[in-house]
Amino acid sequence: MRWHWIDRFEEFVSGVRAVSIKNVTMAEEHLHGYWPGFPMMPNSLIIEGLAQTGGLLVGEHNQFVESVVLAKVSKAIFHDIVRPGDSLRITAIAADIREDGGIINGEVHCDGNLVAEINLIFACLRGEMADIDQFYPIDFISLLRALDMYKIGVTADGDPITPPQFMLDAEKALEQSV
Amino acid sequence: MPTNEEVYDSIKEILIEALACEDDEVSEGATLVGDLGAESIDFLDIVFNLEQNFSIEIDRSELFPEDILTNEEYVQDGVVSEAGLTALYERMPFMDLSTFSNDPRIADFGNLMTVGDLCKFVAKKTS
Repeated sequence: MRWHWIDRFEEFVSGVRAVSIKNVTMAEEHLHGYWPGFPMMPNSLIIEGLAQTGGLLVGEHNQFVESVVLAKVSKAIFHDIVRPGDSLRITAIAADIREDGGIINGEVHCDGNLVAEINLIFACLRGEMADIDQFYPIDFISLLRALDMYKIGVTADGDPITPPQFMLDAEKALEQSV
Repeated sequence: MPTNEEVYDSIKEILIEALACEDDEVSEGATLVGDLGAESIDFLDIVFNLEQNFSIEIDRSELFPEDILTNEEYVQDGVVSEAGLTALYERMPFMDLSTFSNDPRIADFGNLMTVGDLCKFVAKKTS
């Protein structure tokens, strides 16, 4: 997830559900080219918000050992448009997470109103693709901390979640190098 | 326990939803990959919906015998050996492997499974 699209997590229950917030601002360039003269958020970017929320939910469940990619948009129904100033509440429910991927059912709300219903399928990369490092661990853990994942995240039993050791090692190595 | 007709109707519905295919494209003899256009990721979707719909658990290896098809004991030079065919028959009794057995090239295996095979598999799991 090199492209940061969600702003922070409000809830994160490992392997169960995640809720993120995406604030939409007039400063975002994409709003101006999609429908000239009427700034609104493309529906594909609403899907991207759920993809990032759900993708991190699937990846975290396996301690980010495997690279998880969005493989299929099974369902995408949009009930309303999203405009500058809107704050999206993106809820991802893990319908199923297994060794080769995961299924996320999601809803996006704005001011309590349902904006979109989206179901996604994620796949764990296999074969040659799996051997390619998708992220630098230090960048990844910095992002996850910025999103508050490890501040508010808990296990299904309610215990705090912690970053995987390889990310902690990356942070430690950075500390020692400065 | 659902009747064969109920199993077929439910599976048909699942396939139409998962593969975005037309109602009249789905028949017992239609192959999932060749006729209905299923790609590997679609099987995750299909398996999940089968589990939810029929309250069953499906192990990936039941429908995708990768452990057999990647085993050098069972596959040589891209062709499944007699021992490999025996292992496939034991693992997947719901599949008609008779034609495949005549020329068991591994490249052809992915396009064997039909809607009818899937119905037989589910019927066995729910019995």
